[in-house]
Amino acid sequence: MTRALENPSRRRLLAAAGSLTMVFTIGPAWSQDETPLNKGKLPGSLEKEPWLDAWIRIDADNRVTVFTGKAELGQGIKTALLQVAAEELQVAPGRITLVTADTARTPNEGYTAGSHSMQDSGTALRHAAAQMRTVLAGLAARRFGIGAPAMTSRDGVFQAPDGRRATYGELLAGQQLHLKVDPSLPVRAPAGHTIAGKALQRVDIPAKVTGGPAYVQDLRLPGMVHGRVVRPPTPGARLLEVDMAAVARLPGVLKVVRDGRFLAVIADGEYRAVKAAAALARVARWDLPPTLPADTRPAPMVRAWPAKSNPILERGVPGSAGRSFTASYTKPFQLHASIGPSCAVAQLVKGQFTVWTHSQGVYPLRDALAELLGVDKAAIRCIHTEGSGCYGHNAADDVAADAVLLARAWPGKPVRVQWMREDEHGWEPFGPAMLTGVRATLDGAGKIVDWQYDVWSPPHNTRPGKAGNLLAATHLDKPFKPDTPTPSPQPEGSGDRNAIPYYVLPNARVVHQFQDTIPLRSSALRSLGAYCNVFSIESFMDELAQAAGVDPLAFRMRNLADPRAVEVVRTAAKKFGWDGYRKTPRRGRGFAFARYKNLAAFCAIALEVEVARETGMVRITRAVAAVDCGEVVNPDGVRNQIEGGIIQSASWTLLERVRFDERQILTRDWAQYPILRFNQVPERIEVDLIDRPGQPFLGTGEASQGPTAAAIANAIADACGLRLRDLPLDRARLRAGR
Amino acid sequence: MTTYHLRVNGRDHAVDTDPDTPLLYVLRNDLGLNGAKFGCGLGQCGACTVTLGGESVMSCLVPVSVVGERPVGTVEGLGTAQAPGALQQAFIAEQAAQCGYCIAGMMMRAQSLLEKNPKPSDAEIRKHMMPNLCRCGTHMRILRAVRRAADALPAKGAKA
Repeated sequence: MTRALENPSRRRLLAAAGSLTMVFTIGPAWSQDETPLNKGKLPGSLEKEPWLDAWIRIDADNRVTVFTGKAELGQGIKTALLQVAAEELQVAPGRITLVTADTARTPNEGYTAGSHSMQDSGTALRHAAAQMRTVLAGLAARRFGIGAPAMTSRDGVFQAPDGRRATYGELLAGQQLHLKVDPSLPVRAPAGHTIAGKALQRVDIPAKVTGGPAYVQDLRLPGMVHGRVVRPPTPGARLLEVDMAAVARLPGVLKVVRDGRFLAVIADGEYRAVKAAAALARVARWDLPPTLPADTRPAPMVRAWPAKSNPILERGVPGSAGRSFTASYTKPFQLHASIGPSCAVAQLVKGQFTVWTHSQGVYPLRDALAELLGVDKAAIRCIHTEGSGCYGHNAADDVAADAVLLARAWPGKPVRVQWMREDEHGWEPFGPAMLTGVRATLDGAGKIVDWQYDVWSPPHNTRPGKAGNLLAATHLDKPFKPDTPTPSPQPEGSGDRNAIPYYVLPNARVVHQFQDTIPLRSSALRSLGAYCNVFSIESFMDELAQAAGVDPLAFRMRNLADPRAVEVVRTAAKKFGWDGYRKTPRRGRGFAFARYKNLAAFCAIALEVEVARETGMVRITRAVAAVDCGEVVNPDGVRNQIEGGIIQSASWTLLERVRFDERQILTRDWAQYPILRFNQVPERIEVDLIDRPGQPFLGTGEASQGPTAAAIANAIADACGLRLRDLPLDRARLRAGR
Repeated sequence: MTTYHLRVNGRDHAVDTDPDTPLLYVLRNDLGLNGAKFGCGLGQCGACTVTLGGESVMSCLVPVSVVGERPVGTVEGLGTAQAPGALQQAFIAEQAAQCGYCIAGMMMRAQSLLEKNPKPSDAEIRKHMMPNLCRCGTHMRILRAVRRAADALPAKGAKA
């Protein structure tokens, strides 16, 4: 049996839908025996879920339902996946119902993360849909008694030359294709595509601009009550005493909950819950021991944490002769900082929990919640419901844990919990502080003949799967311990993501100094270590180019071999007008390139900044990106992701730093932790896509962050001669000149 | 609990609630309007922006007791998914959303500008939109969408 069908609720669903797990035996293309059709690894998520009817189901009335284990995070994945499925099925996207991550209904595709969704789910759906279409064509040809080439088809209906018609649904007659997907069946040639690769408006945007229910925050279930959690004032705080009875008497309060240092209220109205939580916070007395680092400067702070040295590249021999250069770069703790604080709704009915969550991984969350509650995982259903953009592992899972704890305390009714702003800023898992050190040697011709790079980094992955990775679980009277984090292996890596340059380096050593124990919770923030590593490497490439007396773009080209990399670099340079650039006072240009994870999308950024040293203000006048993400499914969707990545990275790079003292997080709102506003976003952003029809899909959500950071640093250096190596490149540093 | 009479998107409503309840919670929970969003509760992000007497305000900071007779406008009042208004059409045409959580607030901020100044310059649009935060980095598209809506409006007596 397959993984998906292990799930009892899923089995029930299949039975209820009248599905048959019969094997079609009407033609060689889809007949199956027990021999695997394709030895070795199946492409995309077919490796995890090979059964066609787990991905696509067509009912007798010709309704098409497509299932994905991936989730809409605002990145437009629903639309792109619909395009892939619609293209191969040859039905209009609007006729397809797309069901996203739901532990009772969809394949388990792990997390929606790492720019993997198109590779994983898009690839699986493409093959599943191609097979569905092949089977249907065979059935139609048989019914018409003619050869398949003689038929035409349109939007889910086959037609014979004599006018006879058969819908997909009629051909299947309520049966579902319980077949293993055969990835060797042909997919439609990209040249003939009419849906994939074409502009298609995002399916989720109309509701979002008209006030339709679009988010878990908008869920209003009958009888729903509201919960709010009172977090400890500091990570190390110990609860001494709390007068729960006083709060229980406030209007609308249904229950005050305490378990260890987990404190919460449940009320009949949302604002009543907010007020009661504030009252509860006022009557709680805490001991506040210092548990955070005294020296919060990133370099000494990060270097002080114990590290496990893990060499990830050892090539050639060290010690080539030439001129050597060294530099060190740092990144502070930074926030996901979702605009909408994390939210979840949970309900306990007759021993069954239902959880509406914007988690990036409903299956791992379910397992963690089961451990937290001490129930079988079959007793929990997690349904992905969109939230505010998360950009990685934010508090989505944590608030789901809060909601199930409160649902258990108030059984029967749906309990909605939303975090307050100060909790989101103070308690989400931060993108970790990092430190890099690089040493390179140039020979007489200005080529890099030796390279040594070390990256020190705390964990970038403390996602649940285990209860101890849920914040509330660590605050209970009998606390769960967080799982010991491990680094993700190369080539994707975590803190060492993109630590290996994409350049041709004959002699190179790269070491990941992994730090699994730090006093703050850190986890995946969009692009993980790639942001800091690409910032470091691409800043240093400019420094080396300057030392070699070579144009930074020409210096990069000398050391690049992959023709796809060369093309994005050339394209960005050309669109920007690199060669004809005329420098004006206060302005400078910067360039940077990376291939995300060294195996996904290629991205080159050229941009210009204007620097006012007296105020420290840096403004990006224009930015140009060139991107090769393989075959493009939704061109505007890719542009939107790249534009957004550039602006978000500009915000991290110019402004963002979590500040704390020995006891507490100080950056608890938007005033303390500002992000980019309209006055600082570029005048213009251009995104040039290099489409590669027929090439594998390469996700784009995280391709532009690293290059943007380095391009800004390089442009600042070009504008005013100031080389800044510590993020953020904020106004204080610009004014101080270091 | 007190009864308040509110005029929202041209319709009258009577709401029983506590006087200190911010307008945001009344719109969302009592009137079932999803547009205005809770973002910070501090007047710092603009996710809750609505129009009040034609001015854009952060509804998380406005107690229901001070609304009085001033009409309240939310994104629901601009049109529907089936029949989107000019500003909504412009945001759809420019695909000006990623996660979209900030977008209804952005639109109401823009609406208050276009009601007063139907032909703003690009610089005026940027300046007017400053209080509202977007984390996905959709700023360029939002600016284009407001520009597009302004260009589609008649020069005087504008109704977006």
